[in-house]
Amino acid sequence: MNERPLIEVRNLRKTYGSRVVLDDISLAVSRGDVVCLIGSSGSGKSTLLRCLDLLEPIDDGVIEFEGREVSDPGVDPRDVRREIGMVFQAYNLFPHRTVLANCTLAPRKVHGLSRRAARSRAVELLGRFGLGEHVDVHPDQLSGGQQQRAALVRALCTEPKLLLLDEITAALDPELVGDVLGIVRDLAAAGTTMVLATHEMAFAREVASRVCFLDGGRVLESGPPEQVLGDPVEPRTREFLRRVLPA
Amino acid sequence: MLIASVATVVIIGGLAAAVVLSPGWARVRSSFFDPDEARRSFHPILEGFWLNVRMFLIAEPIILVAGLAIALARQARSPWLLPLRGLAVVYTDVVRGVPTILLVFLFVFGVPGLKLEGLTNSIFFWATVALVVSYSAYVAEVFRAGIESVHPSQVTSAEALALTRGQSMRYVIVPQALRRVIPPLLNDFVSLQKDTALVASVSLFDSLFTARDMAAYDFNYTPYVVVACFFIVITVPLARLCDWLSRWVVRRERAGVL
Repeated sequence: MNERPLIEVRNLRKTYGSRVVLDDISLAVSRGDVVCLIGSSGSGKSTLLRCLDLLEPIDDGVIEFEGREVSDPGVDPRDVRREIGMVFQAYNLFPHRTVLANCTLAPRKVHGLSRRAARSRAVELLGRFGLGEHVDVHPDQLSGGQQQRAALVRALCTEPKLLLLDEITAALDPELVGDVLGIVRDLAAAGTTMVLATHEMAFAREVASRVCFLDGGRVLESGPPEQVLGDPVEPRTREFLRRVLPA
Repeated sequence: MLIASVATVVIIGGLAAAVVLSPGWARVRSSFFDPDEARRSFHPILEGFWLNVRMFLIAEPIILVAGLAIALARQARSPWLLPLRGLAVVYTDVVRGVPTILLVFLFVFGVPGLKLEGLTNSIFFWATVALVVSYSAYVAEVFRAGIESVHPSQVTSAEALALTRGQSMRYVIVPQALRRVIPPLLNDFVSLQKDTALVASVSLFDSLFTARDMAAYDFNYTPYVVVACFFIVITVPLARLCDWLSRWVVRRERAGVL
């Protein structure tokens, strides 16, 4: 039972017109895993995350969530997304709702929580992530780092089994990156299952249970962080790391 | 400041002088700006104008609801609603293509002409219907533009939270769209308020028809100017309200960020 991965993709293929974005991707994520996707822009990291959340139709292959084939057209993608939280590079908070109202929307409307239950859960999480004073303000009044933390709380409020993070620090000022990464580090330590696309190699090495290097829509190399980041086999991986890692 | 004042005085003064010193000014003044005629026509026109205002007040809420419904029908993606979507497209295209005054004729003279049981022949009713039909098509397009201006990432974000399409419309897209379309909507309000005068063409005793009646009786055009003043008194505050509201929306959501 425990052997079965939480989410697994096999031979996933995704194209936009004639352009192949993901090519024969296979990836299994078990409970408690933290999988870091690395690779240059356009290598397919974001698209892969969007496919995992069934936000993009796929051309070929299979996606299984808790052993159930969810890429089947008969499956309602919302049943799957209920169990998955996703955070985007540009936060994508709802600007017309307060931070609290952002965080309680899905728990109330999708998960059927009462207003009070949703509120107390959101307030507790916002407080834990240092946003206790900003519960009732609109997102535009917050800094980028605070907005991204609010977006993380919004995703966590539905108690997802899997968290997908799409370069969530890429749009932040350098001094705010640490804030957000600190939270992700805590989540990883608490055993949250995550797949994250990131450019923060030092962070990947620290939290990842596995690192996948994507190049041209394929997983070129995958393994424990010390191997992929420290002693890569593929020349493309070495070249990429030479470019992104400080000498 | 000084330059602005001088420029204003010179331009306004110049225009006023050009009118007042023109050879026909005495004639124009007595036939358009006769104080006695204005006084005499004030009350009848005020009564007629109340009809314009009533028509506006009845039509506007219905237009808002109908316009939003049409815009939402156009956004529908469910296969069940596909016929509705096509209907919404045809409706906005056709109705916007027909001059409003023709719609007034069609409804006021055409529908009672069908001699259907149980339908009223009230000119006021059918003239109001004509305005509702015409303006709901315009307002629907305003709503649609607002809905389409919301960034797709907001939709993605709502989808990722597993909201249904209806829920993301209701809680995420439409509220943002509404805030953005307030200024253009108020612009349409102003325009609707003026277009209530079109009903004068079907002999409804609104302000304009009353004025026409009096002008023809006394051979004096002053009542028309009185009507114009009535409309200005209503539409100028509406326009200011529109400016104020759009600033308020910006202040509220961008508070603290500049």
